[in-house]
Amino acid sequence: METLTAALLSVLPRDSVITDPVRLRTYECDGLTYHRATPGVVVLPATAEQVARVVRLCNDFGVPFVARGAGTGLSGGALPREDGVLIVTSKMRAILEIDLPGRRAVVEPGVTNLAITEAVREQGYYYAPDPSSQQVCSIGGNVAENSGGAHCLKYGFTVNHVEACEIVTPDGDLVTLDRMDPGYDLLGAFVGSEGTLGIATKVTVRLSRTPEAVTTVLAAYESIEQGGQAVSAIIGAGIVPAAIEMMDALAIEAAEAAVACSYPAGAGAVLIVELDGPAAEVERQFAQLREICAGAFELRVAADTAERAAIWKGRKSAFAAVGRISPAYIVQDGVVPRTALPGVLAAIDRISAEHGIRVANVFHAGDGNLHPLVLFDDAEPGAGERAEVVSGAILDLCVEHGGSITGEHGVGVDKARYMPRMFSETDLDTMQLVRCAFDPDGLANPGKVFPTPRLCGEVPGVRKGVHPLVESGKAEQF
Amino acid sequence: MTVRQADAGDAVGGVLPRWVALPESVEEVAAVLRACAGRDLAVVPAGGGTKLHWGPPPERCDVLLDLCCLNEILEHAAGDLVVRAQAGVTMGALAAALAGEGQELAVDVPFPEGATVGGTLATATAGPRAFRYGTPRDLLIGVTVVLPDGTVARSGGKVVKNVAGYDLGKLFTGSYGTLGVIAEATFRLHPLPAARRWVRAEVDAADLPAIAAALAASQAEPSAAEVDRPEPGARPVLAVLAEGAAAESRAAELRELVGGGEISDAPPPWWGLISGDEVLVEVRFPATGLAAVLEAAERSGLALRGSVLSGRVLLESPGRDADEPALAGTVAELRRRVEAAGGRVNVLAAPHTGLDRWGRVSALPLMRRVKERFDPGRRMSPGRFVGGI
Ligand SMILES: Cc1cc2nc3c(=O)[nH]c(=O)nc-3n(C[C@H](O)[C@H](O)[C@H](O)COP(=O)(O)OP(=O)(O)OC[C@H]3O[C@@H](n4cnc5c(N)ncnc54)[C@H](O)[C@@H]3O)c2cc1C
Ligand SMILES: Cc1cc2nc3c(=O)[nH]c(=O)nc-3n(C[C@H](O)[C@H](O)[C@H](O)COP(=O)(O)OP(=O)(O)OC[C@H]3O[C@@H](n4cnc5c(N)ncnc54)[C@H](O)[C@@H]3O)c2cc1C
Repeated sequence: METLTAALLSVLPRDSVITDPVRLRTYECDGLTYHRATPGVVVLPATAEQVARVVRLCNDFGVPFVARGAGTGLSGGALPREDGVLIVTSKMRAILEIDLPGRRAVVEPGVTNLAITEAVREQGYYYAPDPSSQQVCSIGGNVAENSGGAHCLKYGFTVNHVEACEIVTPDGDLVTLDRMDPGYDLLGAFVGSEGTLGIATKVTVRLSRTPEAVTTVLAAYESIEQGGQAVSAIIGAGIVPAAIEMMDALAIEAAEAAVACSYPAGAGAVLIVELDGPAAEVERQFAQLREICAGAFELRVAADTAERAAIWKGRKSAFAAVGRISPAYIVQDGVVPRTALPGVLAAIDRISAEHGIRVANVFHAGDGNLHPLVLFDDAEPGAGERAEVVSGAILDLCVEHGGSITGEHGVGVDKARYMPRMFSETDLDTMQLVRCAFDPDGLANPGKVFPTPRLCGEVPGVRKGVHPLVESGKAEQF
Repeated sequence: MTVRQADAGDAVGGVLPRWVALPESVEEVAAVLRACAGRDLAVVPAGGGTKLHWGPPPERCDVLLDLCCLNEILEHAAGDLVVRAQAGVTMGALAAALAGEGQELAVDVPFPEGATVGGTLATATAGPRAFRYGTPRDLLIGVTVVLPDGTVARSGGKVVKNVAGYDLGKLFTGSYGTLGVIAEATFRLHPLPAARRWVRAEVDAADLPAIAAALAASQAEPSAAEVDRPEPGARPVLAVLAEGAAAESRAAELRELVGGGEISDAPPPWWGLISGDEVLVEVRFPATGLAAVLEAAERSGLALRGSVLSGRVLLESPGRDADEPALAGTVAELRRRVEAAGGRVNVLAAPHTGLDRWGRVSALPLMRRVKERFDPGRRMSPGRFVGGI
């Protein structure tokens, strides 16, 4: 590490290389604080060329590297390696180009998601993917995680809004992946690869036009089942709202305690539905929505921006708010087909009761993305373990119903061990072919996403026995 | 499974295979590919065969893997707006089944009776509505693929929101059958819009860039805008689509931006179609490149049709036979002008072998490495793609 540090100092300014043990500790975890490791060395490059030089040095020394944006990841994707280099993009925060006629912006990876929207809002544009962490998370992190937000039901994810990426490949080359180029869709493969296929050093994003009208509705139901039925009815009616969010009684209680959002008293479930688009279109859909939500015991419609913010306030603060009603909690992130929601929520209730662990549900109901908050008291012996069991059982439920173990937080280090529940060994080996093409030496963020990757030289799945075609006589044809 | 001797009608870009295999299940696809691997036979997958002649001819082709018998719609979860289908299902059959539930896969395919799910993904062209809905890769949420050694692998799934693992679907979309076979695909769907209205008007070519910019920025949100100019120099016809419950009033708003025109509830007859594809050149460009593309197309003497909003037009030479040097010159000149405006020129179809079909590809070395990992024996459609992959 010491010779590597010396080499790093020869390609970076002194203040861009951190070796002081106290300062290194600042980077020992991301948003998932129970995985911690002190990085071997931290670098803060200011240009793509500097990133490339650092990565080349890592290759020379055979040392792994990990990229880090804002460190808001919730799956430990940016967890550093003690034997490696942590490459932080916080000095790469320039918006390089805004091209409104071309509806695109070119930015450095450390730029925050919200900064892009802020730069173009006054001209009537915005950047559509809106993770709840958008004030702080970086666009590089968004690309790595294929982040989405409340509005991805209608507008899609990061991958649908990125036009091109300049990357430093794991062997230190600067390469541009562009949607417009002919050839394999390497950009599509890179987005969501969690820093294991290289480091994004420049991102071209698509800008969207601010919709003409937005209508936000809050519907309160006695039970979570009724809320679920309303969601199905909305989709069944052919409406694709910009967002459909849901909270259960416990989540509402937490939000109420934290931010006094004054959601309707006694609600077993609260639904937030946001319609946007051309004014005439929104008006028609709203008329339909009113009918569909007739079963709600209270319906609030935001008349202006302030009222809209008031409706969203409880939902947006729900995660942090559970801290008010529970000393400790795990935020789970799983997906089920939307129609399976009622059954899965009932099953979560049962599991929760069985283990004596409370679960608060806050979720993106429109696309079946659950964020169960598994609450426990870390002072109580065994409670943490039981919470883990409940949390894992919820993921099993998701997979059983044909869903996913992660809808937006990524696999990272946290869920690598769950990947075999969703994918076969062959599926994972096949994904490794991509990894090996980009990163034959396995230096880019090793230990993340995949439980036990084979070495790139290894031949996976040597097949034995007689070939079925030969056996059946059909192979004689060849 | 049927395996038969190939005949002249089975030629791929002039290259005659020895056998045609018609597997009826994913397992049989795997079995064929394993058998071919054991004997070093080259394979070209085929869907409806509507554009098997796109791309350079394969360097060799022993087996044509015809996927027409893999034609089952496996699951239509209407409440989840998701469909899972086998590769050989035709786009027409899929659309008909989905329409029964008031839904659609939002891609435009000109030959719905012929084009298959697998072929549509493998070539990844995008039609008019890509402006609103994205290209096929944006609507694909899960795939089952069969690798050249017979390995069957899956990625993605059947939920729209899913970030677990690498997205092999994206990689196989637009891969022209050179990485393996797409066996099954799962798509996100959209509800069929309550109404559709097209605004149609003849416009001056010189006004098109400004009109396109106004349409793209319009809060009346058009789903697509297509231009048709069958003869260079002629006045182009512009058609703009509004979809939704308020399509009528929005179409009226859009007509203002176009500067007049008629509104109808049917598309113009040429919407999303191409009259022939002896020579077919695809031009992709950023929104700001439209004026340059129009001018370059005009000079090329080729007919133009395509989307002025999503930046993808097709140029063709209907009934005109360009000889190879002339076409090569035309393409080179197109490329020079279009690339200067930030765009790309790909020759999708041409009856010549010597043409540079793809132009500059910035990440070619990485693409070669991907090809080497997936198909080390170069047995899948060898030579059909960028850089001779
Ligand atoms: C309160 C809160 C709410 C959240 N809400 C959402 C939400 O609604 N939707 C959602 O999708 N996520 C959400 N997240 C998760 C997180 O904010 C996103 O995953 C975000 O994209 C991470 O960005 P970051 O800059 O913080 O990345 P980091 O945490 O620094 O890194 C995340 C991963 O990206 C890699 N990486 C970072 N930069 C680069 C780069 N330049 N090139 C290549 N790889 C890179 C890292 O190696 C790591 O694997 C939330 C997190 C918090 C704390
Ligand atoms: C003139 C013309 C204009 C078009 N315009 C549009 C348009 O505007 N919008 C649009 O969306 N589409 C467009 N298309 C695309 C086309 O209509 C179909 O979408 C489709 O791509 C053809 O499918 P196919 O089944 O006939 O494929 P084929 O012609 O059989 O095969 C096409 C290619 O895909 C490969 N392939 C086929 N099946 C598989 C598989 N299962 N796995 C791997 N590789 C496979 C083949 O090897 C070949 O390289 C156009 C086509 C033509 C000819």
